[in-house]
Amino acid sequence: MNVGIVMLVHTAFDRAEQVARHWSKAGCPLVLHVDQNVHNKTYNGFVESLSDLPDVRFSKRHRCEWGTWGLVAATQDAAQIMLDEFPHVGHVFTASGSCMPLRPVQELQDYLAAHPKTDFIESVTTADVPWTMGGLDEERFTLRFPFSWRKNRFLFDKCVKLQRLVGYERKIPNGIVPHMGSQWWCLTRNTLTSILQDPDRPIYDAYFRRVWIPDESYFQTLVRLFSTRVESRSLTLSKFDYQGKPHIFYDDHLQLLRRSDCFVARKIWPYADRLYEAFLNAGDGNAQRREPNPGKIDRIFSKAVDRRVHGRSGLYMQSRFPVAGRENGLTCAPYSVFEGFSDLFEDFETWLAKQTGARVHGHLFAQEKAEFADGLPVISGALSDSAALRNYNPRAFLANLLWNTRGERQCFQLGPRDVIKEIEWDISKDINARISVIAGAWAVPLFKSSASFVEVRREAARLQQIESKHLEILKSQWTKAQVKIWNMAEFIEAPMEPLQGIIEEVAREGSGLAEVPKMVDLTGFGQFLQNLRNQGMHPYLMGNFPVIHDTAEPQKPKPKPYLVQ
Amino acid sequence: MSIAQSYRMRLRRKRFQARSWRKHFELKSVTNRTKKIRSLDILLFSTLRDEKVRLPYFLEYYRDRGVAHFLIVDNGSEDGSREYLAEQEDVSLWTTKASYLKSRFGVDWLNWLQRKYGHGHWTLVVDPDELFVYPFCDTRSIRALTDWLDVSQVRSFGAMLLDMYPKGRIDQVQYRAGQDPIEIASWFDPGNYTISKNNQYGNLWIQGGARARVFFPDQPKKAPALNKIPLVKWDRKYAYVSSTHMLLPRGLNLTYDEWGGEKASGALLHVKFLDTFTSKAAEELKRKQHYAQSSEYKAYAQSVQENPELWCNWSEKYINWRQLEILGLMSKGNWA
Repeated sequence: MNVGIVMLVHTAFDRAEQVARHWSKAGCPLVLHVDQNVHNKTYNGFVESLSDLPDVRFSKRHRCEWGTWGLVAATQDAAQIMLDEFPHVGHVFTASGSCMPLRPVQELQDYLAAHPKTDFIESVTTADVPWTMGGLDEERFTLRFPFSWRKNRFLFDKCVKLQRLVGYERKIPNGIVPHMGSQWWCLTRNTLTSILQDPDRPIYDAYFRRVWIPDESYFQTLVRLFSTRVESRSLTLSKFDYQGKPHIFYDDHLQLLRRSDCFVARKIWPYADRLYEAFLNAGDGNAQRREPNPGKIDRIFSKAVDRRVHGRSGLYMQSRFPVAGRENGLTCAPYSVFEGFSDLFEDFETWLAKQTGARVHGHLFAQEKAEFADGLPVISGALSDSAALRNYNPRAFLANLLWNTRGERQCFQLGPRDVIKEIEWDISKDINARISVIAGAWAVPLFKSSASFVEVRREAARLQQIESKHLEILKSQWTKAQVKIWNMAEFIEAPMEPLQGIIEEVAREGSGLAEVPKMVDLTGFGQFLQNLRNQGMHPYLMGNFPVIHDTAEPQKPKPKPYLVQ
Repeated sequence: MSIAQSYRMRLRRKRFQARSWRKHFELKSVTNRTKKIRSLDILLFSTLRDEKVRLPYFLEYYRDRGVAHFLIVDNGSEDGSREYLAEQEDVSLWTTKASYLKSRFGVDWLNWLQRKYGHGHWTLVVDPDELFVYPFCDTRSIRALTDWLDVSQVRSFGAMLLDMYPKGRIDQVQYRAGQDPIEIASWFDPGNYTISKNNQYGNLWIQGGARARVFFPDQPKKAPALNKIPLVKWDRKYAYVSSTHMLLPRGLNLTYDEWGGEKASGALLHVKFLDTFTSKAAEELKRKQHYAQSSEYKAYAQSVQENPELWCNWSEKYINWRQLEILGLMSKGNWA
């Protein structure tokens, strides 16, 4: 028994001819169908070009538009000719002009000879397929589709909506169970004969003629009535993307296709010379009986679809610019924001960097410039510290910084003295932000400053107002960042615990705190606050400091740093 | 977008078309080989002035990638560019001495040529110092890309401008005709671009890169636009609005995804900063034929005199398109 090829052709006739010759050379009879839309001159030329081959027939031409009955009718006619004229054909294999055999035809013939009673056709019920187009699965069998989906999408959609509205439903004949699957199948002579000779065929034909995309359901459904053994997979490697169009193979897929061990692949780009050269001229030297294994190709294509649909989180670029809410994260990786820490602790940045190995920047949004770690003027990604460039688009600045430093934890300082108005909402809504705030710590530099008290008072009032608005944002219902807020009084009461938490969070591995950052000397801070109060400014964010503050242990000036085991 | 706004856009498009028709009288045909153009050919359109040293590599680069015909407007070259191009069998050439500024930097001339010869073709509009890079460009021709775009029912393809520069002074190494300019200007800024959306035309406005970093650190708004849409399946109804930054109808500007996904996109390697640049900048400053009173060239002329080095510690050396895709400067989208 042999395998006969039914080939549907509509473009790239030189390639179709090449492939037809390849099949023919291996002794496979061919029935070709050429789309009615193809110009007669082209058609005649094509027929002429294959006239020297034995066992090649051309079937009646139908108009084949995507998703229409014409494709089924063409396949039926061609299959009938195949069965009638070539009695030694045991399996009929459907292929298109852009399909290409990847393994020697002999191997396919052997494989089918080893499975004489098996029908290879992808055939699954609508409930089981995830790849339905246009959101239609079962409805493609119960509604009517007078308008073309490709050419007249608007009317198509309206028509579907209307039918849903009035509850219209077609009756499925003889209680058949609709199945769907790839139109590239390989059926046995018995099954195919039964389908084509079935006395009820006119009923089925009339029904499927009005089904949406019948070429993916006609044979797939009817095979279940007659087949003794359905192997629900296609022997043709054919991948579809999220729009339902087939992926195309190019020269650079050569190795991938080789390793797939599939018998036939589609679609091949007509200009992929290397592929045609490699597969059509290959000798049948390494004939090994391997099962087709398209797993690797699957992965590559599903990755591509994922890239198109979901993209890379935290990346803003020329072809990915999500509207608000669809970013899937403003930034690409978690980062920590510290507010007030560098005011309260001397050299907090150096200490944190030493403790965690993270990259700790100063005030990235400082008025004068972006204070990058180590005072660099330009950092990863050639990001400049120019305040003007940063303020031009602070959101992009932050997203860029994190994108450029992927793989390295970033931390930076923020405070009411910085340019925060443009960025505070973005940070608080960013799921990657870990914000730790010591409320009121901005007062410490003021406390240490030698400016006149009138100025200090004015500045304190300004900063407090900014920070209180900022804290409102951090506490708002839209905040997605992880926020921890302590007021200064409660923080210095027991600084170890929060610091330990921060280190653990930043460094991930909870190595114990070896060293506590050195806290600024706060003797007299309570009195300072009281002075502000006396001047009519009410400092409240830092919590309650008694006028003569009984300083907690860590902030006492000590000869040696405080050690914890 | 209201009906009134849509209609205003339509009028604007018609006005651009009328303008390009008016401006076409300035063009004088030198050699017209457009009869050679076959129906599926990919066409390249360009305007240039005094670029002879770049032309051999430029033509070769695009021929290799499947451009079938070049339609070029020569804006009064005096260095033999015109004579050189006239000899090329796949070039159709027009010449004009009219103002580059008043033709809106060549857009009017090219709009007309595209309308007349580009209808139904994939057209690529690039300057002689722009090298088009797209996903898989090392193994697939531009035809593979446009075939795929056709199947995907996509009409336009975005490619941002990526400023390339040498390490060391710009004028340190001399560029020889026919040489790959990337050998000299092989560095670029990988991650300092900012994007905002132009709500009027729907395109993205990209700025940043080496020019913003070095020439415009204090006036970022003035930094040049880097967004480009050079590859379009042309229809005579279309018109470029400003350089190849944006088009009408506006749907052509949607080369980006707004729902979190990535569309396929490429890059134009901008090899402006070769040794030829210093003299060119001085001359362009004199001619005042460039955008915004040539403010860009003013900024260049100033900085270039002081220290013409664009390279910094964090500059990235160009390897291939995959590198650009990993850096997030371009994307394969769902092309695999």
